[in-house]
Amino acid sequence: MTAGSMGDISRLWRDERSRGVIFQLMLVLGLALFIAFIVSNTIANLQSANLASGYKFLKDTASFDINQRLIEYSSTSTYRRALVVGGLNTILVAALGIAMATLLGFVAGVLRLSPNFLINRIVGIYIEVTRNVPVLLQIIFWWVILLALPKVRESLKIGDTIFLNNSGISTPAPVFLEGFSFVLIALAVGLLGTFVIARWSRSRQAATGQTFSVGWTSLTLIVGLPLVTFFAAGQPLDWNVPVANRFGRLRGGVSITPELIALWLALSVYTGAFIAEIVRAGIQSVSKGQTEAASALGLPRGLTMRKIVLPQALRVIIPPLTSQYLNLTKNSSLAVAIGYQDIVSIGDTVLNQSGQALEVISIFMGFYLTLSIVTSLFMNWYNKRIALVER
Amino acid sequence: MTDQAFHRSQSEMLGERPPPANSVGVIGWMRRNLFSSATNTLVTILSLVLLWWIVPPLFNWVFFDASYSGSVGADCVGHGACWAWLDQRIDQFLYGFYPPESYWRVNLSVILLVPALAFVLFDRLPGAKYGRWYSLAYPFIAAILLVGGFGLEGVTTDKFGGFMLNLVAGVAGIALSLPIGILLALGRRSKLPLIRWLSVGFIEFIRGVPLITLLFVAVIILQLFLPSEVSLDQLLRVMIMITLFASGYMAEVIRGGLQAIPKGQYEAAEAMGLRYWQSMRLIILPQALKISIPGIVNTFIGLFKDTTLLIIIGLFDILGQARLLQTNQDWIGKVDHETFLLAALFFFVICFSMSRYSLKLEKRLDTTRR
Repeated sequence: MTAGSMGDISRLWRDERSRGVIFQLMLVLGLALFIAFIVSNTIANLQSANLASGYKFLKDTASFDINQRLIEYSSTSTYRRALVVGGLNTILVAALGIAMATLLGFVAGVLRLSPNFLINRIVGIYIEVTRNVPVLLQIIFWWVILLALPKVRESLKIGDTIFLNNSGISTPAPVFLEGFSFVLIALAVGLLGTFVIARWSRSRQAATGQTFSVGWTSLTLIVGLPLVTFFAAGQPLDWNVPVANRFGRLRGGVSITPELIALWLALSVYTGAFIAEIVRAGIQSVSKGQTEAASALGLPRGLTMRKIVLPQALRVIIPPLTSQYLNLTKNSSLAVAIGYQDIVSIGDTVLNQSGQALEVISIFMGFYLTLSIVTSLFMNWYNKRIALVER
Repeated sequence: MTDQAFHRSQSEMLGERPPPANSVGVIGWMRRNLFSSATNTLVTILSLVLLWWIVPPLFNWVFFDASYSGSVGADCVGHGACWAWLDQRIDQFLYGFYPPESYWRVNLSVILLVPALAFVLFDRLPGAKYGRWYSLAYPFIAAILLVGGFGLEGVTTDKFGGFMLNLVAGVAGIALSLPIGILLALGRRSKLPLIRWLSVGFIEFIRGVPLITLLFVAVIILQLFLPSEVSLDQLLRVMIMITLFASGYMAEVIRGGLQAIPKGQYEAAEAMGLRYWQSMRLIILPQALKISIPGIVNTFIGLFKDTTLLIIIGLFDILGQARLLQTNQDWIGKVDHETFLLAALFFFVICFSMSRYSLKLEKRLDTTRR
């Protein structure tokens, strides 16, 4: 009897499929025990510390101020509102950083391939130095530099409209008057028209081979049309210029905090260096034969770059570019070191006030995971659209 | 006769003539690389202006106008950098609050690190077989040297600081994350669905959140998960989280290596009758790990730079020491740039040389001909 069951077990163990099932069951059991251990410890610890769990605290009054905000917020708002303000601030600095880093990275990547020895080396030094120095060090460095600017009273001025001082930059703010909506409508019409014309010209070129200069037409539509509307509507735009009052304080305009500038600069300079290397590698990955074939067909240099080299290079560039965008977004959490009020930094305040550590940290992680998933889904879709279709 | 009038025969080759003077040497190089066209010339001039604008002032600030002696910030007069703090503070930058009479223990563990790394990074070293065992044992040797035990005086981990703390956290993170990363990578490619899903979930979770949130977990939450009578050392908790973080990235690097191994290798191992673990250990992993080394080195560079995040959770790594000095009463406002420059230099030297190494390796491993 025992010998028979032993034989059964050893047969089960020898069979690859059943062994797999047993192995997985053991793993799940182990994991469940581990989780049960953690949960029971956590409950015991929370009870002994007299802490309530759950997300009810989000409705409590935050009672702290946030000076960097995109939506209405005051110290009587709730914790939930505070975290939303923080989340928007993270998205703000990430979006600004991504735009700037992409620009910087593409310019530097192309210059790195320049035949000019000097510019090639200068860009090389920029890339190597910024890539090999921790980004946190760079963030704090820019911040310390900005804080060392003169006081508000002795602001550096650029043409009496832009003020630079140790509490940031004050620039004129646009004020949209009645009638500005017409300009926006004109812009929308221009964009739509460009889209339609581009499609029409592509299908006509495919059918007849005749080309149509879409570039100039779209420029006229997108820039010209709104501009004409702007003047026709009687220039419905005003500038709210910052003015120093007699105590030296600045009133009006938009002020950008040194924390935002430091974070933005450091993140885009750092990520820009990585993007430059990606762009360089992407362009170099397109074989020389492609360029030579294009010029043998008589394509001018600009068209060769636009129609032959870039589409092929982009396929190599996009996947690592996505991970750089995600890195930049994640690195924006280093804001907490200089006090830019992003989600981590506000969450830290909420955590210290309410003591709800588990809940606040789960909110951070959920926020970043959602951002990561959304970004990679979008980039996967884009990547699939431009991917090479083989056979 | 007429034939001869038209044909002049030349029986010897003409001697080689030197190339035109403006296409060789310094002038030729400059014509090709700096002034080949109008745009190129313009770019050259702009670059020269940029260099003239940055380099001389920078050198003047760092070296020629700098003050090198003094005991407080006020002793630094003039426009240049203030390096007077170096002789009293450099020890703290390197060793944190580690007891000065035991600095040799830190130095010794750094010296012992060199062969341990060499045996991992370079093959064809003499005694490589035993060397690998030494590399495996190194983390334990270093831990005993740094923390104490076996007759060495104990040093608590809150004394760790400065650049040494960055090194300890970085090296420990990478050494411990390698085995976990290998297991996760194998799990992600496993045929067993539960194991695959768990591995994918863990890897994507780790890669989706910033390190700082994991460090918050280490500092604030990890204690909640453990029985109240167990209390883990703060540095240990942080290192657990750094290791988990690094292993998520390591797993993806190693997965890349595993995918690069041709299917024939797997099939051949199976045909030889090797079991899963045998074929992994003897056939697949040695090849996959070898081609993953550049990626592993890059992961290490990233992790090493990320160790500066320790300052946010209140540990005094080299950046923390810099901030400490910048806000010190004696030096306030005098050493902001200097301390950052020194810290940046430390990181740059290590990260740059590692990235050059991995680049060299990538070129050697790249067998495609161009």
